[in-house]
Amino acid sequence: MRIVVVGASLAGLRAAQALRAAGHADEVVVIGDEARRPYTRPPLSKELLVGDHTVEQCDFPSGELDVEWRLGVAAVGLDRDAREVVLEDGARVPYDRLIVATGCRARPWTGPGAELDGLHTLRDLDDALALRAALTDGRPRVAVVGAGFVGAEVASTARRLGLDVTLIDVAPHPLLPLGPLLGGRTAGMHRERGVDLKLSMGVEGFRGDDHVEAVVLADGSEIAADVVVVALGAIPNTDWLAGSGLTLDPGLVCDATLTSLDDPDVLGAGDVVSWPHPLADDTTIRVEHWTNAAEQGAAAARNALAPPAERTPYRAAPYFWSDQYDVKIQAVGLPGRAERIELVEQSPEGDRLVAVGVRDGRVVAAIAFNAVRRLAWYRRQLADPPAFEKLAAAVAEDPRSLGAPVQADAAGAAAQGGPAR
Amino acid sequence: MKVHVDMNLCQAHGECVFAAPDVFELHDDDSLTWVEEIGEDRRAEVEQAIQVCPMMAIKLEG
Ligand SMILES: Cc1cc2nc3c(=O)[nH]c(=O)nc-3n(C[C@H](O)[C@H](O)[C@H](O)COP(=O)(O)OP(=O)(O)OC[C@H]3O[C@@H](n4cnc5c(N)ncnc54)[C@H](O)[C@@H]3O)c2cc1C
Ligand code: SF4
Repeated sequence: MRIVVVGASLAGLRAAQALRAAGHADEVVVIGDEARRPYTRPPLSKELLVGDHTVEQCDFPSGELDVEWRLGVAAVGLDRDAREVVLEDGARVPYDRLIVATGCRARPWTGPGAELDGLHTLRDLDDALALRAALTDGRPRVAVVGAGFVGAEVASTARRLGLDVTLIDVAPHPLLPLGPLLGGRTAGMHRERGVDLKLSMGVEGFRGDDHVEAVVLADGSEIAADVVVVALGAIPNTDWLAGSGLTLDPGLVCDATLTSLDDPDVLGAGDVVSWPHPLADDTTIRVEHWTNAAEQGAAAARNALAPPAERTPYRAAPYFWSDQYDVKIQAVGLPGRAERIELVEQSPEGDRLVAVGVRDGRVVAAIAFNAVRRLAWYRRQLADPPAFEKLAAAVAEDPRSLGAPVQADAAGAAAQGGPAR
Repeated sequence: MKVHVDMNLCQAHGECVFAAPDVFELHDDDSLTWVEEIGEDRRAEVEQAIQVCPMMAIKLEG
């Protein structure tokens, strides 16, 4: 049985490795449009961008993996009748099972000023090297548009490089899925470190001759900038599947076993997949996090080897981390689906905390700031989402809790949310 | 088999603890300890930990 993996990054690599680990001895082909062997992306906004890690330190070990690499060539189509992947050079690669792991690309800026030099997005290694070159060329003024995880991390890295940074978002606080309480904390953290935050503020466009000179805000004011990082989220790479008859939302829509709704020989893994999750009451979610891509790659591979009736659902609670300054933010579950976020424990100094996301009275997420060890306990609880009161009572009695939260904090955080328009 | 963790790389994510709770342990100060010498029965767990360690800090030798 010949298995073709499209997308040679984390999910694709883990899929190929899992096929071999499961004893699959037939052909495995891994197709990727980047010329480089798989590398890890999280350092692109952190260790690599600041200069702590080299490019080589981002490479995944893949030397011993016995697969056929077809790198530097994009898949441009899928012919399901012929069971072939069509490549941009015209080659057709036959498959018995196909694993789609084409991830996401950065959402580009398409409004006024899109053609200017000095605008950056950040998704792949070339983007990161170009951005690092720009950040280390003199002392540029930096504007980051979008205060999601990548934007907030880039702002933090640019501050560590000693640069003047403005972080702009139309939302009232950074890290929207974490809610106003933790978003407000994050805003405070950036302000304390000298970032100029413009919240509840839209961007009209960018002004300059050839090179960007300023960000034009919705209220008509301008922010001078030499480097602009557009961090407006990511779009799933499924264009090559258009016309294949597979359901796209625009992610590849799969069932609980990561199998395409339309074709049992097509499976998906990583940032590109929408699949039903128990923490979302079995509605589909798409997750753009490292651990999910790693685990789904392996899960999709194991399922690809099994007949449809014997495939196992992938239902792990999503997990992610984000490093900003000296704060490690980690979350499990689906904070973005919570109706409210409640602080449940906090150190007396206020620098370490755990909050939980609650929906329909049940805990569907836990978020930790500098509380790695505590999070492991919450992660186990999410396997069978407990009622909020029950969990809060257990935490209150737990001698390992960081301490009782100070409720005044909620008001303080809300006040930090920035001016509403 | 010997388990190595490069503590210059490890950022105490705790992913390894989740994958192989008998081998890795995170402490109250967020420091990591692990069983250095493991038998064949723990190999699969540790390989799983290697796959999910975001910092590529874990190595298995022997
Ligand atoms: C700057 C940055 C920082 C991040 N930091 C964190 C973090 O701190 N924590 C965290 O949990 N997650 C983080 N992430 C997210 C994490 O890196 C992703 O979840 C992960 O890379 C997803 O892996 P993937 O293999 O599904 O997709 P991708 O890594 O997007 O890989 C998809 C691959 O497929 C290729 N491809 C696309 N289309 C085609 C085609 N038609 N033909 C052939 N090849 C194609 C792409 O070029 C790419 O190589 C970060 C991401 C970025 C960009
Ligand atoms: S998973 Fe990796 S980074 Fe995390 S604690 Fe274990 S060794 Fe350290």
